[in-house]
This record gives sequence, C-alpha cells and structure tokens, in this order.
Amino acid sequence: MSDIADRVKKIVIEHLGVDAEKVTDNASFIDDLGADSLDTVELVMAFEEEFGVEIPDDAAETILTVGDAVSFLEKNAG
Amino acid sequence: MRRVVVTGLGMVSPLGGNVDTTWKNILDGKSGASRVETFETSDLACQIAAQIPRGAAEDGGYNPDDWLDAKEQRKVDDFIVYAIAAADQAIADSGWKPTAYEDQIRSGVLIGSGIGGLQGIETAAHVLAEKGPRRISPFFIPGRLINLAGGYVSIRHGLKGPNHAVVTACSTGAHAIGDASRLIAFGDADVMVAGGTESPICRLSLAGFAACRALSTGFNDQPERASRPYDKDRDGFVMGEGAGVVVLEEYEHAKARGAKIYAEVVGYGLSGDAYHITAPSSDGDGAYRCMDAALKRAGITAADVDYVNAHGTSTPLGDEIELGAITRLAGDAASKLTMSSTKSSTGHLLGAAGAIEAIFSVLAIRDSVAPPTINLDNPSVDTAIDLVPHKAKSMNIDVALSNSFGFGGTNASLVFRKVAG
Repeated sequence: MSDIADRVKKIVIEHLGVDAEKVTDNASFIDDLGADSLDTVELVMAFEEEFGVEIPDDAAETILTVGDAVSFLEKNAG
Repeated sequence: MRRVVVTGLGMVSPLGGNVDTTWKNILDGKSGASRVETFETSDLACQIAAQIPRGAAEDGGYNPDDWLDAKEQRKVDDFIVYAIAAADQAIADSGWKPTAYEDQIRSGVLIGSGIGGLQGIETAAHVLAEKGPRRISPFFIPGRLINLAGGYVSIRHGLKGPNHAVVTACSTGAHAIGDASRLIAFGDADVMVAGGTESPICRLSLAGFAACRALSTGFNDQPERASRPYDKDRDGFVMGEGAGVVVLEEYEHAKARGAKIYAEVVGYGLSGDAYHITAPSSDGDGAYRCMDAALKRAGITAADVDYVNAHGTSTPLGDEIELGAITRLAGDAASKLTMSSTKSSTGHLLGAAGAIEAIFSVLAIRDSVAPPTINLDNPSVDTAIDLVPHKAKSMNIDVALSNSFGFGGTNASLVFRKVAG
C-alpha cells in the first residue's frame, strides 16, 4: 500500500469516525461510510491540506470512493 | 386558551451537568465562577467566568461525549452541544418520546441563543485571514447558526411540529419558553421543547462585553465573590455558559398520559424600553410593564406572587432599576415579597439565563424554597423586599415570577403556578 493511500485512509477514518476495516479502496464515502454531501466537501479540504494541492470543484465531484481519492492524489500530489 | 404545563426539565450549568446537581449547589450557596484557564486572559479586563464543570455524569459533571460523538462535536459550537444535552435530559424527564407521525407533527422545538457560535466565528476568522476562503469548513455556517440548536434537537427526537428560535439577548430563554407556551395555548402544537443556550466564553466576547462596561473587572482574584447582585460593591456581571430546556405540554395532553407536572405557565409578559442599546431605561418602566402584563395574563396581582427570580445581573445600574420597578409593582405587598438572583451563583448565562431561571422558579415551587442571593453582604439600597441574602429560605411558593431583560431594551417575564394534585 502506498504512503498516499495510508494518509488518505487515516484522514477518512478521522473525519468520518469509521472503523479502519471499512475504509477499503472501493468504499464510497456516501454509500458505505455514512458521509453526507457536506462531509465530502470537508474531506476534500482535508486532502488539500494534507497533500498541499488544490482540488478544483469539477475534480472533487469525481472523487466518490477512497480509491478515487488515492488515484487522484497519486497523479497530482507532490 | 388551552392551559400549558411544564413536564420536563434539563440543564447544563456552571454548577453542574444536570438539574439536580445544579439546584443542590444553588441551595447550598455555591458559586460557579472561576478564573478562565483555557485561553490567554492576561490582557483582558475580565479574567473570570462561570464555566461548566467538565467531568463524569455520575459526579454531576458534564462530558460532551455523553451527548454527541466527537466527530459531530467538531462540526458545531458548544452552544449546540449544551442544548442537545439539556434537551435530551428534559425529554427523558418528561417521558414524551413521540414515534408516531401524528405525535411528531404535534411536538415542536423553540430554543434560542443570545449570541450563537461566537467561538467558532472567532476561530474561522483566523483561518480565513491566514489560510484563505478555501479552508473554511462546510460546517462553519450550520455549526454557528442559532436555530441549529433547535434543528439538531428536532432531528434527534423526531420533533416535526413548529421549529422556531428566539434571539433577544439576555431575554432569549424567557421569550423562548413564553412563545412556546403560546404556540401550545393557540393550538399550533401539543408539546414544545423550549429554552435557551449559550457558549460565550472566548476572548472575543470577554473583550466585547468588557468594552460595553458590562463585566465585573474588580474580582479577578476572587471570582466566586464577583457576582453580587444588589450588593454595594458589585461592578458588573460574570459571564456564564450552559443551557436550560423545558418540555412544555398542553394540560389535558399531559394529564391523559399521566405525566409528572411541575407547574403551570400561567403568565407571560413582553415589553420594550425604546431607550438605549445597552442601558435599561432609568425609570424601570419597561421592566414594570413587562411584569404587569405577565400578571394580568395570569389573572393575578403582585400580592399573589410569592417568589421572584430576578434578572439581577450584578451590574451597578440594572439591579436597582429592576428593584425599583418591582417595588412599584408590589406597592403595599412589597414587605411580603421574596426575591433573589440566582445569577449570584450561576453567573449570567445570557441567552440561556431566562431558561435556567425559569427552571429554578419551577423548582422553588416544587421544593417550597427560595434560593439565595449569595455575596449580598451590604445591600446598596434599603428595601422592604426580602432579597434572601446568603442562605436559601424555606417557604410555601404557589406563584413564582421570573424576569429577564436584554440589550436592546427587550424584556420578558414568566409566571409559574403550582398545579394542585
């Protein structure tokens, strides 16, 4: 597992207050992890803060699962 | 109009995390004031406040984790968590937990706050200045809005009736209970969860209220002596935090389900000073008309009032103006009147004050005791009214009047009466 994936999962666990084993690559923030639309906005902000990137709104709208976040950040972070 | 009774009580205060602990500490003459240690105060004129004792519920303390997940707490200001805690207690106490749709739509919420989420606004302003607008949380607005206290309570308990909030500074809690009782009396709801909440203790509000010359500044080294209504050495109020929430219910509705009835809300009066943004009108006319209206609504006179829970904030101006208004109202009955300020113990909870004091008034009726005005060593004026200095006083109380007056010249009085049987 990449360092980026670890950091993403840590943020998701912290912000959504969910168990680590639920935070799989395929887990949907809204359908599987109990987030609402405001939670997902805050998650994206937390990713921006952690990885020092700006995630434009149109890109944010495509980040629906943990795996989506990891692959976006692997391409755009650092 | 339909009769309205109180069937549930809930509270988080500087004297405890629940009603019973707070009430016992008040009757024991304790003070909830202490030095503020949670942020820098060395450059503030007022360095004290009446803070909620954090601790285990079984010790009478308050632990926010008992009421809201840590994850949810991050999204809201403390005033919302306090309201949730007080409302959960009041609803549990009342035993009214509507699950059927037709019961839910007849049950509403009316919880106000004087200021709302000042702590979060202070913090977010720093984020905006230092990190920019993209770092402002989506929960910033919903976690600060005053009516979101009631919003959260309605969601937790399925209250689908009237959903309303009051913002009238230090009269908020009394207006919330008064307006909610009207909604029941007029038939808009059968049950209302009503009260006030406030979490004002932060640098911004201590600075702001000190600038208004409203806070005590001469007792930073003796915080428990700072709130001293009617005493000649008083020099301003002590800011307090917490929430008070009651369950109000239509009388027949409460009787039909065998609910415990604390007291009846028989009177509610409102008035405006139309005088000054922070100072009460010097002739006390607004306070007088407000009390008079509440008594008229109750169909009684001042001679029928046994106990008054005063607004009595410990400011040099306000205490004597209120005392003058009550003296005028009571006339010859003044010598039979008992009045105290529980703010001497709790400090001034601003938008929650009227709600916790309504609860103290109800408990005074239930327990036949007038709570004391602590720190009243030397009254600044002579009065025939018994101000209950230092020690609680056992006495029969059938009728209690509770006063609240706020910045902007907004006044509210509530009258509660014992229910036979």
